[in-house]
Amino acid sequence: MKKNEVPQDESPISKHGSNELLYAVDEDGKLKPMQSIGWEAKTAVQNQNIETLNQRVIDAMQAVKEGKSSPILYFMELNKMDWSTLAAYMGSWVFLIKRHQKPKVFQKLSHKTLTKYAETFGITVDELKNFKG
Amino acid sequence: MQSTFEHKQTAHCENGAIVNLLKSKGFTISEPMAFGLGSGIFYVYLPFIKVNHAPAISYRPMPGRIFNRMAKLLKMNVKRFKFSNPKKAQQALDENLQKNIATGLVVGVYHLPYFPDEYRFHFNAHNLVVYGKENGRYLISDPVLDYTVSLSAEELEKVRFAKGALAPKGHMYYPSTVPTEIDLTIPIKKAIKKTCNDMLAPIPIIGVRGMRMVAKDIVKWHKKLGVVKANHNLANMVRMQEEIGTGGGGFRFLYAAFLQEAGEYLQNEELKKLSNEMVGIGDLWRDFALEASRVVKKRSNTENVYQVMSNKLLELADKEEAFYKKLKKAI
Repeated sequence: MKKNEVPQDESPISKHGSNELLYAVDEDGKLKPMQSIGWEAKTAVQNQNIETLNQRVIDAMQAVKEGKSSPILYFMELNKMDWSTLAAYMGSWVFLIKRHQKPKVFQKLSHKTLTKYAETFGITVDELKNFKG
Repeated sequence: MQSTFEHKQTAHCENGAIVNLLKSKGFTISEPMAFGLGSGIFYVYLPFIKVNHAPAISYRPMPGRIFNRMAKLLKMNVKRFKFSNPKKAQQALDENLQKNIATGLVVGVYHLPYFPDEYRFHFNAHNLVVYGKENGRYLISDPVLDYTVSLSAEELEKVRFAKGALAPKGHMYYPSTVPTEIDLTIPIKKAIKKTCNDMLAPIPIIGVRGMRMVAKDIVKWHKKLGVVKANHNLANMVRMQEEIGTGGGGFRFLYAAFLQEAGEYLQNEELKKLSNEMVGIGDLWRDFALEASRVVKKRSNTENVYQVMSNKLLELADKEEAFYKKLKKAI
């Protein structure tokens, strides 16, 4: 990559008023750090990734609406978590946490457990309990 | 303290924390040199571990390794602490700051308020430096930004005690002693040798062999998992290569910069030539990223795009294998 090839395409970081460093070859053949505000190719794969995650949130919402899953699944996806990350935040085992996505098990959860979930997701217990999809 | 600390933006967070911490101790080193001495270039494929619903691919060694390796070669001491109690973690940091010791922290990215949403994932091995405290807020030098920021005590606690894979557990570190004058000849040679051995390791998931395994799996993803999943995996691979502060092309340009600096230091023309070759390899990695972005946007007109991507990666693996063999001989 030469100095004049350092991409300067609009991107999530440029919209954020930031930039990043790349190393490129200058006129004297020296590799130097140069600021780039973004690269189209990178933004494209990032968008693809965000789309996949958004689809997961939509699917989870649908599952809650149809009564197939508890709100745990929805808020987990909304917070870009997977089961092992959620279990780590809950200080519990993955298989126990996975059970909580069953609506019947969710109904019986203690207030203490629900509070911990709510804290993890940054919402109130009522918001968690009353989420209907 | 605040007045003497100098913030410098770098491509990668771990190098950046090293460069800025050492600078605060009066030891100047460039980012490429720190990266090269830490044998920062690497490749590992962990198909059995899922990150963000895709198989884990890393272009760098385990977090913390770069600094540890470099410190060992330069015979400096790095003090590292982990905590189970967040209050004690804050206390230890405060004590450091009172003693005017700029302190490196390992943190989770997800709760960092100054990152754009596209960058906020449950990734727990970001590095930053705390260089002071003002009106109850911590002054932060985040190496990937070209300005400094600040965080409240609560915000800092949240990122220091992020949970999940590689949970930082309040991890803090700082160099306790730094060398005054040091000859880099032997450290450079040792570090290059280590890199060559890593990249040529006879282990199927590491180095050039790891790349070949990914190349085979790209075709498999498409056949077994379908287009959506294959694209997601491919996108995540390219994100690891370009997104997380690699200086472009999965650290290749950064490493080329190191080889150039090392070549000048050792008066070794062969290293300078190899630096140019590495730039060429970096450009090929960027071509790969560009092609992958077209695939995920479904704008590639090539037939059987996944086979094409796979072949491109195999070509890269061959080029790199030849490169590291030459590099090993050059020192």
